[in-house]
Amino acid sequence: MWGAGVSIAKTHAKPEPYLLAGEFWHGVRDSLPVALSVVPFGLTCGVMGLTVGLTFLETVSMSVLVFAGAAQFISMTMLGAGITAFSLIVLTTLLINLRHLLMGASLAPYMARLPMPLQAVLAFGLVDETYALIMNRILVKEYSPGYQMGCNVNFYLVWVASTAAGVFLGGYIPDPLAWGLDFALPALLMALLIPRLADRPSYFACIVSALVAVLGALYLPGKWYIIIACLAASAVGGFMEGESSSAR
Amino acid sequence: MRGEIFLIIAGMAIATYFTRFACLVLFRAGGVPGWLERWLKHVPTAILTSLIVPALLLPRGTLDLSLSNNYLLAGCVAAVTAYKTRNVIATMVLGLIVMLALCWISR
Repeated sequence: MWGAGVSIAKTHAKPEPYLLAGEFWHGVRDSLPVALSVVPFGLTCGVMGLTVGLTFLETVSMSVLVFAGAAQFISMTMLGAGITAFSLIVLTTLLINLRHLLMGASLAPYMARLPMPLQAVLAFGLVDETYALIMNRILVKEYSPGYQMGCNVNFYLVWVASTAAGVFLGGYIPDPLAWGLDFALPALLMALLIPRLADRPSYFACIVSALVAVLGALYLPGKWYIIIACLAASAVGGFMEGESSSAR
Repeated sequence: MRGEIFLIIAGMAIATYFTRFACLVLFRAGGVPGWLERWLKHVPTAILTSLIVPALLLPRGTLDLSLSNNYLLAGCVAAVTAYKTRNVIATMVLGLIVMLALCWISR
């Protein structure tokens, strides 16, 4: 097994295949309910791709290559608003996904024992849900690369398949925007935001971001208000974290 | 597939993968420095807010704080639902139902 006491020589040994296979199916089984809850978002992603004028191939390849819900929704919103500046969309994607850095950092001590190619493959499947599942697994048992792979593959396939289904179904909805279906994105983001508002620094980050974003949307060109608001608000939140931790 | 769109998708894919893999390489043994952790902690809150609020207050590009702004009304319903249920699906479904109803009424 992968106990902490393994020798240096064994540290870089390949993981036993049988271990990977058994744990793989555990991962698939455990992640199934959460993966199914992602289906509506995949469908929305497909419908949105169609709405903003992307082709089937473009919408699905975004899910296949990027595999990051929030970044995909936001970039498609930008494309829909006529923003096709490469640097702006890629920079926004980078900012939205900065949280992966923290998730990766907290997994690094466990994954450091794995061969680099396996780490590279597992890193591709690092999303909020799979991260939560693997951290829970570490809590109740021990870290398992096979389990993580099972969660990742399950999530990836459900995400790509539901995106493709969304593109097909979207074709049967005449002009979704006229019916306010573009509201799906703010509603979805709202459900992700509210649980994050748990302490003073997060309240202030939210208030600062809202004020800067509205002012920026009124007076700045393009979608730069997103980046300006994000930098200002996360700096305020981070500063307040520092204040409260030094006061303790 | 249009070349311009494919370039954007490829750029997004590289940027996203970078965020997923960089820290595994960087922090293989240690951890994240405290100041960076504090700063990164609020990035999701900040970016989610900066996307939601203008979408609700400026749905047509100009500030609209009136009761005829369906996005604002449905947004309030979604916020309350998210707070009460902590459920993503419930928030989206109820928010969209209210939105569709408001669009139908104000047609």
